[in-house]
Amino acid sequence: MTPQEALFKYTLRLGDNALIQGHRLSEWCSKGPILEEDLALTNIALDNIGLAQAFLKYAADIEGKGKTEDDLAYKRPERQFYNHQITELPIGDFAVTIAKQLLISAFEVPLFSALSHSTDETIAGIAAKGVKESRYHFVHSRDWCYRLGEGTELSHSKLQQAIHDLWAYTGELFEMAEEDTILLVAGIAVDLEELRPLWKETVATVLTEATIQIPEDGTMHTGSRNGVHTEHLGHILAEMQYLQRAYPDATW
Amino acid sequence: MVIPATHSKEEIFGLLATIYDPEIPVVTIQEMGMLRDVILTETGCEVIITPTYTGCPAMGIIEHDIIELLKQNGVPEVRVTTSYSPSWTTDWMTSETKEKLKNYGIAAPIHSSCVNWLQPKSLAISCPRCNSSDTTLISQFGSTACKALYSCNSCKEPFDYFKCH
Repeated sequence: MTPQEALFKYTLRLGDNALIQGHRLSEWCSKGPILEEDLALTNIALDNIGLAQAFLKYAADIEGKGKTEDDLAYKRPERQFYNHQITELPIGDFAVTIAKQLLISAFEVPLFSALSHSTDETIAGIAAKGVKESRYHFVHSRDWCYRLGEGTELSHSKLQQAIHDLWAYTGELFEMAEEDTILLVAGIAVDLEELRPLWKETVATVLTEATIQIPEDGTMHTGSRNGVHTEHLGHILAEMQYLQRAYPDATW
Repeated sequence: MVIPATHSKEEIFGLLATIYDPEIPVVTIQEMGMLRDVILTETGCEVIITPTYTGCPAMGIIEHDIIELLKQNGVPEVRVTTSYSPSWTTDWMTSETKEKLKNYGIAAPIHSSCVNWLQPKSLAISCPRCNSSDTTLISQFGSTACKALYSCNSCKEPFDYFKCH
């Protein structure tokens, strides 16, 4: 893998995580439990789509084949997507969405914070914006964890179940692939193993406060670094890419 | 062939300073800190802008407004480029800009050095209508990406707060 190929794959991963997470959150549009949450979840979706656009645009520049961010979003097959599997899982009920948001945003805050010091100026610039936005996302999901965890018996059990079900998808966040190792040496990427204890502490603090038990680390799902996904990503892409597949290069 | 520049950098800045933010039509893109630089080229100019939030839907409209305005004023070729570095911050807003926001009904952002992002409820945000400091945060996510929703416990009106960023 050349440094350029590593940078392309790494930037795609950053873009794909934001794109798929944003797409999933947009499913809450007009379905939020209360109006304020409808606005909050779709605002977070919008932040994610914006971040995806910035990263995928840069990925297209790195690839140097004259593509746009839209080409990368709408014309790549499933096996060329590198988003974490946790992002593609269905939104489930509100507790599942909040649990997902907590686990992901607690990872994104330190990730973007570290990437804002990347030697790659474009990644550093986008990450510097990303960290400010993901802080708002983290505080949002943290406060809802408190409310659901200490709310009714039902809200507590739903959040506990969601954390339990999602836990096996969190190991993937910290996997170092070949591109990570190559870019880490160049000061472009982040050592994900270093982020793991930080993430664990943040998540554990929130869950303890919310009276939710922290699951044991067991067997973790894996595969996204190689483009291997759950059955859910194909369904997302079928919907998201439909128009460009049926009517190639259609514009507004 | 080199085509002489039709406008100076200052003239182009002067024109662009008249473009208002499509979401908050009382402040210009320059006052918001979105207008970063103008680079003169042989056939026109390149305008560098920076987004407030990555997903800000106003960016497309702003780009369109810049191209339209400069073309109307005889700049033959205009290119708009988005830059993320340095990262936009509400700390760039002047006190005059903040006053304009307040008069429009939006509480102005507090300086980032005074904000603990982990404790948003600890912020004392004053109502832009009655100036009361007795206000409640309803949601960190409001009508646009850059605003939070508050309500005033004195005059009972809801209002937007431009989030510190």
